[in-house]
Amino acid sequence: MVLRKSLADLSYPRVRVLDVSAAEPLIAAHGLVKRFGDFTAVAGIDVDVRAGEAFGFLGPNGAGKSSTMRMIGCVSAPSGGTLRILGMDPVRDGPAIRARLGVCPQQDSLDQDITVRENLTVYARYFGISRRQARQRADELLEFVQLTERANDKVEPLSGGMKRRLTIARALVNDPAIVLLDEPTTGLDPQARHLVWERLFQLKQRGVTLVLTTHYMDEAEQLCDRLVVMDGGRIGAEGSPRQLIERYATREVVELRFSDATLDSYLGKLEGIGERLELLPDRILLYADDGDLAVAAVHERQLRPSSVLVRRSTLEDVFLHLTGRTLVD
Amino acid sequence: MVTLVLPRLAARAEQRFQRAAAVTGRNVTAARHFGYWWVLVSGFFEPVLYLLSIGVGVGALIKSFTLPDGRVIPYAAFVAPAMLAASAMNGALAETTMNFFGKMKYLRLYDGVLATPVKPFEIALGELMWALVRGSIYSVAFLGLMVAMGLTSAGWALVALPATVIVGLAFGGMGMAIATYVRSWQDFDYIMVVQFALFLFSGTFAPAGSYPLVMQIVVQLTPLYHGVELLRGLTTGVLGWGLLGHTAYLIAFASIGLAIASRRMAVLLYK
Ligand SMILES: Nc1ncnc2c1ncn2[C@@H]1O[C@H](COP(=O)(O)OP(=O)(O)OP(=O)(O)O)[C@@H](O)[C@H]1O
Ligand SMILES: [Mg+2]
Repeated sequence: MVLRKSLADLSYPRVRVLDVSAAEPLIAAHGLVKRFGDFTAVAGIDVDVRAGEAFGFLGPNGAGKSSTMRMIGCVSAPSGGTLRILGMDPVRDGPAIRARLGVCPQQDSLDQDITVRENLTVYARYFGISRRQARQRADELLEFVQLTERANDKVEPLSGGMKRRLTIARALVNDPAIVLLDEPTTGLDPQARHLVWERLFQLKQRGVTLVLTTHYMDEAEQLCDRLVVMDGGRIGAEGSPRQLIERYATREVVELRFSDATLDSYLGKLEGIGERLELLPDRILLYADDGDLAVAAVHERQLRPSSVLVRRSTLEDVFLHLTGRTLVD
Repeated sequence: MVTLVLPRLAARAEQRFQRAAAVTGRNVTAARHFGYWWVLVSGFFEPVLYLLSIGVGVGALIKSFTLPDGRVIPYAAFVAPAMLAASAMNGALAETTMNFFGKMKYLRLYDGVLATPVKPFEIALGELMWALVRGSIYSVAFLGLMVAMGLTSAGWALVALPATVIVGLAFGGMGMAIATYVRSWQDFDYIMVVQFALFLFSGTFAPAGSYPLVMQIVVQLTPLYHGVELLRGLTTGVLGWGLLGHTAYLIAFASIGLAIASRRMAVLLYK
């Protein structure tokens, strides 16, 4: 029996953490609920995230993604259900859990009064990391997110993409076991998004568990091993991107546009082609296993769409099928 | 049992302090970028101007003042410790009301901090320590001036310095508690009025004993009165058990403020 515990041991109760065997999920939520007054933002969800996995929450505005992320981040107490993170209870062991989490919130919460580099060194101090180690870690991370050149600039004049990268770097300062990323690439240009994806992919390869939310199908397909589709506080479907597409969409999709305004009049005329039709404000989606065959059938009926696009189906189609809505705001 | 618990408690206290110090450290880092030191200088001049205009100006009319122990001191030496207490109050309140509110509500600084192991209590403690750093800079300068003007001795000035920290602690703790209830910048006008009323009626310019009885009772409930009495006792060298009472009052005031502030922060930020 060791009587004197060192400070480091106290801040990370390893005894409990070690209970997490490979089989036990790092994050386990059952019937998890979040209420704000009368309003239910998260209406009883079950989620298990395993070590080393990249797990995604996909859903439109107001789905309850951020509310869920904040509960996992131990900054918002669950209103119901159970939640265990790293084998610990978020309400009781909040500080010990947060010590091992990296959080990139939806809204950047960077410190505008200090420099880019100081944002990392100051943040490291909150985790009890020594000054010397903090400086070293800051330099590594600035390199990692390609901000070394801006190290001594204030945060304010940085572009949105740079701020986002800095927020991600800050989330990594404590070498976390789990990184929570709430819409990591919303508002970024394609280049910036790809850089972020690449970095997140590298983290995943190092064995860091990623939990992210997104509105973007391509992001979810690129990054997530497994995801849940969330809407109105509930989970509509769960699986790998491939599984979800196989389960909820056909192999291909034909996008048809017609120059006349009355799109819905075509619905009847297209009846019977492919497996399913979906009417969007500007186009009709025709789900079929063979897109070219379906297009031929359309032409056979003497219909003259102004444009025809055959593509593989994506998570977007899954989402549309599950919720009857597109994800784009 | 004790051998198990004590080291653990000590380690926990040390950890708390380290996290609070990290919050203070952030402010030190930020202050280096600001023309912050100018803000400090300007805050120092207010009590000095009062001391010169009232202490010295009115002092020319009143000339001297008789202490409870029969000693006669110049009026300026009577007013100076009150200005010292007021400056400790102002320094602590400036940092813990407006600046704290701005950091919490507008900069949303603590949203990021709370995602780390740092808890609301530790943030409050860290901000309070920073307010004390600022307040102490005023106090050192003001005490230096008092010694230079012959209003107290260097020895008593050294004793009074930690007492000014206790005054700052009391107002800092309560300032933060109040800031968590502030809705918008307009509310600071109310704080300002109360602050000024305290400044005028806390036995600052005349002994509280000369007030009407009802007012005496009210004044004795307010914190600046206890700060003024404590510092006046020390800088004039009139010691008594009453000083311990004033100290206890101020520390209790600080603890209550800190407890309210950290609880309120948890309510506001852990949504
Ligand atoms: N602090 C709060 N108080 C009251 N209602 C809230 C609060 N936070 C979130 N909500 C509500 O809960 C619902 C879910 O919000 P949440 O932020 O979790 O959605 P989201 O999926 O992250 O959406 P978005 O894609 O827009 O970020 C919304 O209707 C929102 O208005
Ligand atoms: Mg959100």
